[in-house]
Amino acid sequence: MLTKRIIACLDMDGGRVVKGVQFVNLRDAGDPVECATAHARDGADEIVLLDITATSGKRQTMLDVVRRTARCLFIPFTVGGGIRELADAAAVFEAGADKIAINSAAVKDPTLIGRIAARFGSQAVVVAIDARRVAGSSNSFEVVVAGGRIPTGRDAIQWAREAAACGAGEIMLTSMDRDGTKAGFDCELTQMVADAVSIPVIASGGAGSAQHFIEVFRNGRADAALAASIFHFGLENIGQLKRELQAANLPVRWPC
Amino acid sequence: MIAIVDYGAGNFNSVKKAFAHLGADVVVTARPEIVAAADKIVLPGVGHFSALGALDNTGLRDAVLQGASAGKPFLGICLGMQWLFEGSDEAPELAGAGIFAGRCRQFPSSVKSPHVGWNSLAVRQGSRLLSDVAPESFVYYTHSFQAPVVAATTAATEYGTQFSAVVERGNIFGVQFHPEKSWNVGLLMLKNFCEAGF
Repeated sequence: MLTKRIIACLDMDGGRVVKGVQFVNLRDAGDPVECATAHARDGADEIVLLDITATSGKRQTMLDVVRRTARCLFIPFTVGGGIRELADAAAVFEAGADKIAINSAAVKDPTLIGRIAARFGSQAVVVAIDARRVAGSSNSFEVVVAGGRIPTGRDAIQWAREAAACGAGEIMLTSMDRDGTKAGFDCELTQMVADAVSIPVIASGGAGSAQHFIEVFRNGRADAALAASIFHFGLENIGQLKRELQAANLPVRWPC
Repeated sequence: MIAIVDYGAGNFNSVKKAFAHLGADVVVTARPEIVAAADKIVLPGVGHFSALGALDNTGLRDAVLQGASAGKPFLGICLGMQWLFEGSDEAPELAGAGIFAGRCRQFPSSVKSPHVGWNSLAVRQGSRLLSDVAPESFVYYTHSFQAPVVAATTAATEYGTQFSAVVERGNIFGVQFHPEKSWNVGLLMLKNFCEAGF
């Protein structure tokens, strides 16, 4: 049976993991290569490296991290942040990423999705959508860019449909209302997008407990769920989260 | 030496890295004479079935088929496995190798497509590629078309229908999933392939 994926996201700045995960037995807890492989050993189904600085001067540092990580990581591996054109994507694939995530650049120019997909395949193109609930509306969501600072006026569900039609392989959907709150994923938003597209939807933003994952898989119909700081809410590791999902009769890759 | 056939599509480097990690002597090549000189041949691939058309125009198809019929261990991954069948509805004009009967088709409309993520194997019969692999191991898939279950199917996977996850006959092996992205389980299969001799 196809399992629900648990994706570990490492936020990086200048080649270091910044949104911390406290691993034991690591020589260097800020080293993305060590963090990524530790997550994989713990049972992560996929790793996302997100370059949150993404300033042009640091691109080489990021590419070097991608190269070193790819050499020893034998699970799917996505890289996002700062990919503005086809050449940026090509450099990240060349360094060893399996998929790239694009966000603002795709909103600005949706043809970028198709151009990357035509060269590297749809399976390699993840479109990240940051969505915020429209004030006063119960079920209307707006796409925001630049880390949530700039509203675009676009409807998130409609944009997800368009991104899929342009050739996206997956949608990584972050609720900006829930991001960082640990109040749970936005199941309503996730379900609306999951019902609107046939490609997989990765839910993000708001993970605070194993129960939140159960809810987003059951009610949100998410195919995968992502968390940056999965250890911060009292779970020992991803294995423990997966055991709790298994106890709730959700299909997960465990033991792995 | 293992030759990974580069026909200009897909991410061949991840397959190379996995073999290199196992200590194998491996090259990525687009040259038919290097494929002909190799001890083992790997045909990877991800994306659209039409990409395999490049094999026909470059002399690679003959080099691969001659190596395979000479008994060299051959491993097709994802599209490379689909190529072992007669063809695919994804690019009906293009002939596969026809080593296994049947065509690749889309998933039934009852499930979302593409099929992306970790799914379990149902091992059906003894397999050298699956030696020491636990019977219900999880492997990583990303594909929109699937190959039918045939006599050579050693493991199947269920997603809307039962399809071939692993095929094996003599020196010919194929896997629909990505062993290079399937953690230790996938590395074990690649190691088994490295050790396959005839």
